[in-house]
Amino acid sequence: MSGFFKSSIGRKVAMALSAFFLMFFLIIHLAVNITSVFSEDVFNELSHFMGTNPAVQFALQPVLIFGVVFHFVMGFVLELKNRKALGVSYAKNNGAANSTWMSRNMIYSGLVILAFLVLHFIDFWIPEINVKYIKGDMSGMHGGEYRYFHEIVAKFESPTRVVAYVVSFILLALHLLHGFTSAFQSMGSTAGRKKALQKFGKIYSFIIPLGFIIVAVYHHFNHH
Amino acid sequence: MSVLDSKVPKGPIKDKWTSYKDKINLVNPANKRNIDIIVVGTGLAGGSAAATLAELGYNVKAFAYQDSPRRAHSIAAQGGINAAKNYMGDGDSVYRLFYDTVKGGDYRSREANVYRLAEVSANIIDQCVAQGVPFARDYGGLLDNRSFGGVLVSRTFYAKGQTGQQLLLGAYSAMNRQIARGKIQMYNRHEMLDVVIVDEKARGIIARNLITGEIERHSAHAVVVGSGGYGNVYFLSTNAMGSNATAAWKIHKKGAFFANPCYTQIHPTCIPRSGDYQSKLTLMSESLRNDGRIWVPKNLEDVKAIREGRKKPTDLSEDERDYYLERRYPAFGNLVPRDVASRAAKERCDAGYGVNATGEAVYLDFASAIERYGKEQAKIQGIDNPSKAKITELGEKIVEAKYGNLFQMYEKIVDDNPYKTPMMIYPAVHYTMGGVWVDYNLMTTVPGLYCIGEANFSDHGANRLGASALMQGLADGYFVLPYTIGDYLSEDIRTGAIPTDSKEFDEAEKSVKDRIDFFMNNKGSKSVDYFHKRLGKIMWDKAGMSRNEKGLKEAMSEIKALREEFWKDVKVPGSANEMNPELEKAGRVADFLELGELFAKDALMREESCGGHFREESAEESGPQKGEAKRDDKNFAFVAAWEYKGEPGDAVLHKEELEFKDIELKQRSYK
Amino acid sequence: MSGKGMNLTLKIWRQKDAQSKGKMQTYKVNDISEHMSFLEMMDVLNEQLIAEGDEPVAFDHDCREGICGMCSLYINGEAHGPDRGVTTCQLHMRMFNDGDTIYIEPFRAAAFPVIKDLVVDRSAFERIQQAGGYISVNTSGNTQDANAIPISKHAADEAMDAATCIGCGACVATCKNSSAMLFVGAKVSQYALLPQGQIEAADRVKNMVAQMDLEGFGNCTNTGACEIECPKGISLDNIARMNRELIKASVK
Repeated sequence: MSGFFKSSIGRKVAMALSAFFLMFFLIIHLAVNITSVFSEDVFNELSHFMGTNPAVQFALQPVLIFGVVFHFVMGFVLELKNRKALGVSYAKNNGAANSTWMSRNMIYSGLVILAFLVLHFIDFWIPEINVKYIKGDMSGMHGGEYRYFHEIVAKFESPTRVVAYVVSFILLALHLLHGFTSAFQSMGSTAGRKKALQKFGKIYSFIIPLGFIIVAVYHHFNHH
Repeated sequence: MSVLDSKVPKGPIKDKWTSYKDKINLVNPANKRNIDIIVVGTGLAGGSAAATLAELGYNVKAFAYQDSPRRAHSIAAQGGINAAKNYMGDGDSVYRLFYDTVKGGDYRSREANVYRLAEVSANIIDQCVAQGVPFARDYGGLLDNRSFGGVLVSRTFYAKGQTGQQLLLGAYSAMNRQIARGKIQMYNRHEMLDVVIVDEKARGIIARNLITGEIERHSAHAVVVGSGGYGNVYFLSTNAMGSNATAAWKIHKKGAFFANPCYTQIHPTCIPRSGDYQSKLTLMSESLRNDGRIWVPKNLEDVKAIREGRKKPTDLSEDERDYYLERRYPAFGNLVPRDVASRAAKERCDAGYGVNATGEAVYLDFASAIERYGKEQAKIQGIDNPSKAKITELGEKIVEAKYGNLFQMYEKIVDDNPYKTPMMIYPAVHYTMGGVWVDYNLMTTVPGLYCIGEANFSDHGANRLGASALMQGLADGYFVLPYTIGDYLSEDIRTGAIPTDSKEFDEAEKSVKDRIDFFMNNKGSKSVDYFHKRLGKIMWDKAGMSRNEKGLKEAMSEIKALREEFWKDVKVPGSANEMNPELEKAGRVADFLELGELFAKDALMREESCGGHFREESAEESGPQKGEAKRDDKNFAFVAAWEYKGEPGDAVLHKEELEFKDIELKQRSYK
Repeated sequence: MSGKGMNLTLKIWRQKDAQSKGKMQTYKVNDISEHMSFLEMMDVLNEQLIAEGDEPVAFDHDCREGICGMCSLYINGEAHGPDRGVTTCQLHMRMFNDGDTIYIEPFRAAAFPVIKDLVVDRSAFERIQQAGGYISVNTSGNTQDANAIPISKHAADEAMDAATCIGCGACVATCKNSSAMLFVGAKVSQYALLPQGQIEAADRVKNMVAQMDLEGFGNCTNTGACEIECPKGISLDNIARMNRELIKASVK
């Protein structure tokens, strides 16, 4: 089995497994965030639970970080290997004739998503770690009420940040459009090539980024 | 007494092969490890032989001019492979397959060899299935069979329209297993340029590495040539561009007799030539004749109108069409054997009825089949009074299911939709029944030199039946040669490795190098193709589908003159020490220019019509068979084996009389 | 010049041998008939070059009917050119227009080094096949009867579809990752689908994939380009099946 993940196919499988995990995480993340559009209280409750529950914080969070890092590192390793496999490039190459832009540019959509993640960590994750584990304030309170909702609203005040988020989510959509069905194929399932799952993949790749965009845009316009 | 000894074992034909195998000498496994065998060519015959010999324990060196054994031209065979399995329960048997093959070959093949071929045919199917060849199956999971031209049973196994490909990939996989074990050393992109004879035995070859141009010496205890046929002597044929006779011709020049070169199969259903640039011809499976009707216009005015584009074939009414096969051969109609169908097409086109710009095409029309199937389907589906459009739609679906890939291939090449307008077809050179003479052991007249597959002459007589070439190639390679070669090699167990530094190797290498140097230094002005095309034209016009004394004599002298011109004026660019496709072609065409003359000489000598060889002087003069081929069993029931004597025109004829003890000789009739 | 045919500009990769550096070079051919095959057009060019005292362009080809897999060529940015379901030898000039510029390059991949001009070395494919592309049965003929094991028509047909691969390498050439997975997947699938092939299935897929990796082919990222450009329409399902087979073989 150890040899398996060293093989080209093993690496594809590992990419797919981490992708499935991340795609599942995106659903959870969006489910929490979207509540902020409907109910400040629900959002605060959920955020506080996620931010303070030890199982989430010390079991799921490290797994998530590992999953993200693994997916990126493996993505880069494979990209480099693949470039080496090509050798001399063509003087004229008509990739559009036989494949989608998304499938050929996963590394670029991925890089944009990586850049976004850096921004996202600076925006939310680092301050959060600072408050909870460095300052030691696990209350989640600020000025007598939960701070989570106010923080999210404050972040989306800046139009630049909102634009950056929206662009990143569009790239995420493109990444998912290929990644969703591709992950099935890598896992050895032809389900990703069946109409039903392709349709589901399209809906998923559209809904998830759209949800995040709605959250960002909603808070930008509604809470000035 | 002839110098030729066919070595056919005594005894009843049914027992010959079995009792012979029981008695021949064997080489023990430990000794096989010390014996080297060279196999030239990796098609069905060479590939299967190399794999089997290696499995038995011999050290095999295999040579292919392509970059992989899988690319040999056996891969292009479409239709199927015959085997006397009688899975259909329609009365097939080894004897029937034997009988059909001898009759189909117009009684010019060696009985004992053909019987053995029929006998081992069933094994081939077992073997291939075990190897993972995905033959077509029925819904019960058992192997499916179809029927093929000229026989009354269904015994043809097939894998879609790519049977040759699948069988070759089977042999290739068996080779790969032995290459991985180190028992076959594979030399891809290598071409054999001479055989080395030491003490009258074949002991090695000289080969050129086609990437570096290096001339290499390879020694062995025996040499097997399975390099295919010589159809490219016509320039245009259904053979691959690289298919050549060089290996076969080189061994002929070193003492192997060349048999029946004039027996050539011209396949009736090929896509016609479209212009002078044409580089090769494409075959459309014979199975199309099951549903297609062949015709030309009745009136020359219509022919002219069609050629000028003023009329379309579909504009002509039924009574303006001449379904000439149905007219001439009411009993067999469009399903007459290949040679008969080809000659009939030529006869019409020569008379000016050819329907394309070159005047060399006839129609193969599916309209009535589409209508017939359409009506049948309408009835099955319970459609009352179906419209004409509905019938066509239903019929086209059935035709598509049966021949879809062929129709698509036709459309890609010709840019015409064969569902809507009739296909155009014309005969093309397809297979050569003649080849290097071999005895029952498949050994040539040179000891230790064997010849298998299309490259030898033995099993198809003057005409090959459809789906028999694959059978013969695999039979020779898997089941015949590996036994018979042991009998010869059993004498060689104490010989030890054959050195390559002998004077025989020196001489052979020198002659190969001299010829290459000549090409490289010749200050000619014409390309190799220029000569090849001219040779092809002489062959096609004068030694093609129908031949006569005058034409053949002209062909001989014209080819001789062309050969002299070639050596004076051929231009080969590049250098010898690199990949040089023009140099490769030059060597091959030089050999074709000799073979072509012997071909014509053989055709001239054979003053009878048989199978693919039609002499205008030997046709029925009266009666219902008027104009049909007339065999002369009294004077020509022999194999013509030619011995090389310095010039192709000086070759000396040796006859191997053919005896038919188990089959009565009959005139073929398809009226 | 009759003026009826097409006049074309050809940009062709020329490279003396494996050691030399190559470059694109421009040629002109005139009066090309639309009925010519692409390789016949190349023949015309070569005859012209020979007449002018230049070296003809080396390219691989043999059967010229789309089955041997010898011909290659990357034409205008696509393996086997712009038509679908055909090899270069079946591509016809009617796919082009008078005045066109056509780029003609060798199949590119680090595992397919150029031998000369447009000829590449595909022996990596050979070594992959030798690693396990066979069923270990002796060719003695003493096997059981061909009908002893019934095989469902569906499985036999699917195996046949995988087996139609001609080993041309278009999948590698067209893949942005130079991955050989369609080629290897097709062979693995053919045997995996047949009962005769199942005995060695685990070892076969492991060995063939290991050899494929060793040859330096890239990773599949499921762009699907190979399936589109494959002259024989080999399905991407075969790659999924190979992935599955390897997972199965590895957890055993």
